[in-house]
Amino acid sequence: MNWAHIGPSALASFLASLVECVEALTVVLAVGSVRGWRSALIGSAAAVGVLLVLIAALGRALTRVPLQTLQLVVGALLLLFGLRWLRKAILRSAGQIPLHDEAAAFAKNAAALQSAPRAAAWDRVAFATAFQIVMLEGTEVVFIVVAIGAGGVGLMLPAVFGAIAALLAVIALGFALHRPLSNVPENTLKFVVGVLLSAFGTFWVGEGAGFLWPGADWSILGLILGYLIVALITVPLSRSTTNGLQPEAQTPKPVRP
Amino acid sequence: MTWLRTIFREIYGLFVDDGTFALLILLWLAISVFLIPYLGWIPRWRGPLLFAGLATILIASAIRYARRTPR
Repeated sequence: MNWAHIGPSALASFLASLVECVEALTVVLAVGSVRGWRSALIGSAAAVGVLLVLIAALGRALTRVPLQTLQLVVGALLLLFGLRWLRKAILRSAGQIPLHDEAAAFAKNAAALQSAPRAAAWDRVAFATAFQIVMLEGTEVVFIVVAIGAGGVGLMLPAVFGAIAALLAVIALGFALHRPLSNVPENTLKFVVGVLLSAFGTFWVGEGAGFLWPGADWSILGLILGYLIVALITVPLSRSTTNGLQPEAQTPKPVRP
Repeated sequence: MTWLRTIFREIYGLFVDDGTFALLILLWLAISVFLIPYLGWIPRWRGPLLFAGLATILIASAIRYARRTPR
């Protein structure tokens, strides 16, 4: 295992986890500021606990699967996931799909939570909302970390460190700002992550199928460059195909991207 | 059972938002992994061919979506 694997693995895990953590933070902040922090934080912590159990169980189960089979299956799933993100990021860059707006998502969630009935001591609505969003976004993080980590020996650690670094960064920013991180260039991050995950997925499917890659492990950098060029070419192609959405006509997306 | 259905829907949604796009990816993977090796082509071209097919599917799917967007 060399830096051609470790560097992009940690980076992909960090950036993908950053996007998901920012989305979860928006809803948890809305829950905390409207319904109170106690139930919101307990709900978030409970979801993190369930996710940790999931990682431990999946990690143990994956060690029993032969590496080539694992690379083939995980590579195929990573391709479905990564190309889906990349396609969406291309269409957002081309103005075909509205950009995700964290401030609008925060306002929408806050308004919805204010109308829900309140309980005196234990706020089930706050707990359930925080638990649900952390589970949803966290499942994506778990999949990304496990998929990146399962691709080769010694990759799990950089993938886990990348995800933990993203989580800590978002928690620190959330504590400092106490408002949604609306200045994060989310679509650019999704664009980069889509490129990285698609490159990893392609490489691992090839490895699992026994392909001989030109340049061996270093071909992963070629795949990253290849997908980046393809994506950058596709943005203007998609934009010129129709007029797309004009910036002023764009409406904020609902909570889930 | 609603919660179970919700979980499955969310997991499915992680990988698929356009059924045709996902199906074409899986079809190309199946062709690349199970069919192309038996055609006897130069082994070093199998990887680049896999990439080329996936890139084509990505470009075609994005343009197809853009064409469907109302003007």
